[in-house]
Amino acid sequence: MSNPPNINRLDHRMIFDWIEPNSKVLDLGCGDGELLSHLIQHKAVKGTGIEINEKAIYKCIERGLTVSHGDIDSALSDYSTKRFDYVILNESLQQVLHPEKVIIEALRVGKKIIVGIPNFCHWRARVQIFFRGKVPVTKELPFQWYDTPNLRFLSLKDFRNFCREKGITIVEQKAIAVNQAILFRPNVFARIGLFLLQKR
Amino acid sequence: MPQKENLGIVETQFFTFAQPPHEMVLESGVKFGPITIAYETYGTLNHNKSNAILVFHSLSMDAHAAGYHKGDKNPGWWDAMIGPGKALDTNKYFIISSNVLGSCKGSTGPASINEKTNKPYGLSFPMITISDMVNAQKYLIDHLGVKKLLSVVGGSMGGLQALLWVVNYRDIVSSVIAIATNTRQTAQQIAFHEVGRQAIMSDPDWQKGDYYGKSIPAKGLALARMIGHITYMSDQSMDEKFGRKLITKERIGFDFSQDFEVENYLKYRGDSFVQRFDANCYLYLSKALDHFDLVKGGDLTRAFKNVRANFLVIAFTSDWLYPAYQSRDMVRAIKANDLDVSYVEVKSSYGHDAFLVEIEGESHLISHFLSRMAKEHIK
Repeated sequence: MSNPPNINRLDHRMIFDWIEPNSKVLDLGCGDGELLSHLIQHKAVKGTGIEINEKAIYKCIERGLTVSHGDIDSALSDYSTKRFDYVILNESLQQVLHPEKVIIEALRVGKKIIVGIPNFCHWRARVQIFFRGKVPVTKELPFQWYDTPNLRFLSLKDFRNFCREKGITIVEQKAIAVNQAILFRPNVFARIGLFLLQKR
Repeated sequence: MPQKENLGIVETQFFTFAQPPHEMVLESGVKFGPITIAYETYGTLNHNKSNAILVFHSLSMDAHAAGYHKGDKNPGWWDAMIGPGKALDTNKYFIISSNVLGSCKGSTGPASINEKTNKPYGLSFPMITISDMVNAQKYLIDHLGVKKLLSVVGGSMGGLQALLWVVNYRDIVSSVIAIATNTRQTAQQIAFHEVGRQAIMSDPDWQKGDYYGKSIPAKGLALARMIGHITYMSDQSMDEKFGRKLITKERIGFDFSQDFEVENYLKYRGDSFVQRFDANCYLYLSKALDHFDLVKGGDLTRAFKNVRANFLVIAFTSDWLYPAYQSRDMVRAIKANDLDVSYVEVKSSYGHDAFLVEIEGESHLISHFLSRMAKEHIK
């Protein structure tokens, strides 16, 4: 392990802080592997990524990561129960076909899971719907309805309710506004919500 | 990036072993020897012998993977990948490229002279398997003084050898790069091989394999190669390359002469193959492929039990001879053993041939994967 890293993205920094050193991590939708790479270098984790984008995979391999080309929906069945200490689903849950199945499977494969979601009910989004009568386009949800990779639109509250209904314990949660953590009315002011979950 | 250079002039070398009465025992139980294996090496073995990488070729290739043979215009078959500054960097690694038992490219095969009779073996050559090829290569690396392999690398039939190396010699192999390959030959693959074999065996010149010094079964072998070539390309790559282009004619002739460019190309491929390959060898090697089954009827997960190597598995989207889903199945079985495996499905329209063509993507993946392996395993 080396000196504390210089992590640019606040969501990455928060996830980084949650993860215990020397643990086993699966990052679902790991992108170019930036977060995994920090975790391996500075927390000595044993990390694996799943990524659908071929270019991003090349970058992961360049960073010396272990990564599998594939989609999240079908990736989890490859792994044995409790194989990982953490399964990360950051900014990827809203793009999977079967989010409930993926979360249940992630909770089987990982002892804890970390979910990061863009808040569809951020106040800017609410304003766009309410006053302009338009499906919102914001910094975290920058897509038009016809070209969005997002299949699911949910708020932090929706996600908390989902966890309660499914008997999933929220160990910790954090909310991010514009590059800072917030505590006040996150379902209105947070752009991103982060949840550390485990099975009850 | 370091400057990519060419290896310059290289030479094929030969190693002979299994002299009677110390013959090698084949998978069939037959004792066989002496055996010669043709090979080439590039780069230098480091002082603690931890930088060796074994490279395997596909069915019709040879030990000449990189550099130039004296007087040749074309370099070895994977020259784009092997050399100073290339993915298989000869400044860092000691590369051993091995021919296979049963080949007609310098190793002992059906076209070799049987010392007992002073005649070519022909069909008296024993049936061989991929496992026999791998065991013969083990003699070779022992001879070269290599005790550990940083990696074993191969595509297609070379990938099958790489997988058997990691399964049969798990204490020796630190990592494996398996490209456009699978864990068992499928019914479709066996079917294509059988059509190729029937083409050879139904050529009157084949003479039950006893054609050496006489007229060779050129038509049959050329036809087998034509069929093989179709399976190496894809619908898209063929259509892009040939489309419905006519050979020299203005219009399609109303007879059975060749009309289309693709027909001409296949004929050229078949005819040129006859110049450089032996028909019996094609029979033996294709049969060895057919017998390959890492699973042996059991569970694929078990095949990788007790293996410790790191894996890089590469498949190509348009490869229908070794489809990507078969690589994915392999990756799943490897993961089920809690092994370290990276898998990449490279988008390509070149079909099975992609593993010889998609150099840029492969170079990137292989060079960085090997850098990690070197960091973890070269002391």
